[in-house]
Amino acid sequence: MSAEQKGAANARRVATMLARARRRRRLQRVLPWLVVLAAFLLWEGVVRLFQVDPFILPAPSVVLGSIVQWWQPLLENAGQTLMTTLAGFALAIVFGLALGVAIGSSTLMYHGLYPLLIGFNSVPKVAVVPVLVIWFGIGTVPAIITAFLISFFPIVVNVATGIATVEPELRDVLRALGARPVDIIRKVGLPRAMPYFFASLKIAITVAFVGSILAETVAANSGIGQLMMLASSRFDVPLVFAGLLVTAAMGVAMYVVAAAIEARTTGWAMRGQQGQI
Amino acid sequence: MRYGGAEGTLALQHTSLSLARGEFVAVVGPSGCGKSTLMKLVSGLWPSTAGSVTVEGREVDGPLSSVGMAFQNPTLLPWRNILDNVMLPLEVVEPHRRRLRAERPAYEAKARHLLSLVGLSGFERKFPHQLSGGMQQRASLCRALIHDPKLLMLDEPFGALDIFTREDLWVQLQELCADLKPSVILVTHDLKEAAFLADRVLVMSARPGRIIADHTVPFPRPRRLEDTYGAEFQALQHRLRAEISAARRGDSIGGEEVAHVG
Repeated sequence: MSAEQKGAANARRVATMLARARRRRRLQRVLPWLVVLAAFLLWEGVVRLFQVDPFILPAPSVVLGSIVQWWQPLLENAGQTLMTTLAGFALAIVFGLALGVAIGSSTLMYHGLYPLLIGFNSVPKVAVVPVLVIWFGIGTVPAIITAFLISFFPIVVNVATGIATVEPELRDVLRALGARPVDIIRKVGLPRAMPYFFASLKIAITVAFVGSILAETVAANSGIGQLMMLASSRFDVPLVFAGLLVTAAMGVAMYVVAAAIEARTTGWAMRGQQGQI
Repeated sequence: MRYGGAEGTLALQHTSLSLARGEFVAVVGPSGCGKSTLMKLVSGLWPSTAGSVTVEGREVDGPLSSVGMAFQNPTLLPWRNILDNVMLPLEVVEPHRRRLRAERPAYEAKARHLLSLVGLSGFERKFPHQLSGGMQQRASLCRALIHDPKLLMLDEPFGALDIFTREDLWVQLQELCADLKPSVILVTHDLKEAAFLADRVLVMSARPGRIIADHTVPFPRPRRLEDTYGAEFQALQHRLRAEISAARRGDSIGGEEVAHVG
């Protein structure tokens, strides 16, 4: 075989490799939708096959019907829950970032505050809601605070880890220039902690929903959690499932937003995982 | 200098080193002889446990902003592009820090000029991981020089590079030094590198680290890579090699030819 023929063969091989990579990327994009669709079909199939009572487990088609029927209260209450969750989440970001930086950059703070934080996080939040209701009354405020309490811990831990594990060499670069500790945190610690921070946001936003809906089921006048409590007290199981689905959809949507922001701002940490064959 | 309290490892002892303005001193020695410790003392990253360090007539009691440092690894910040990495010291060191906002274009032009001197034009907007190790090391050299340091400290800056890249960078570093005239302390394992770049070569021995020899390198500047194959150059390298072998065996040699040891 001549060199030219070999070259052509190689070019063909590269072309097939690229085509295969393109196909895989396309599959990667549609795969989540396919999996969700398959899960729903399986669910529908099982319910029909074994003729499960809708009171025990309504089929997805029935749940969908319920969503269509009750779309207005669902939308209103979902909006309420979303606002509550985002408010608590925003508080968690502000305080979590501040405390994470403090704990991560000071060994003293770390050793002093960590046991308290662990203890605090170990308290089941369901147990805290009644106390919040006594303090703030029934309504939005306890839900916001519960969402905050539950989503704040992963942010603190991740930011603290990111800052505490800065490579000593990177720190020395700035120390050798006579940089103040504040400079080192701003120029090295914080940017270095950003991938950790965004990773924690993806966890925090999903558990924030857990917090707000938890509080709504215990004590609230509105919100998806309260709607599901009402529905279950009326034995309207399809509507309960509709509430669950809407909540899951909101969680996924917020996760996607967090992931998109992460990819934009901390692309440097993701090198080699995207844009490759 | 002792690590880990009174019982700790004695890393440096009876070491005295003085450096004239604009002089290029290379420190060579076996590993673990305290070369890096010497660097950390002079730069003020660590305090000494006995004795003193004076830079520019002032006792060193903390890191000095008049010092530029380059390390064995490029240590570029992965989230900044090359230009921003090079300009990092300007954001920290006075008086540049105050002026940076107002005179950003001028400073940026300076950074671009430095990068062009080491052959990195066109890579300003690239991120460190998009560059080869040698290119990253060059950028890190530029970063060490951007704030016009009077003292440049290089801690095995070319240690992780292949020989061709290394020789390339020697020539570039020599040109940079001829241009900017900083005083330089270079710590290295590479005797050829030391002899090629330095005005004076100090040989250290290990545990406790001390300076056992001080050679003046007579070759005129600018030096060319071909010169390193000359007989005189080879002879100097040979002498250094012998002294280091002796230092590793642990017997002290040539105490009388030591100039600056106290």
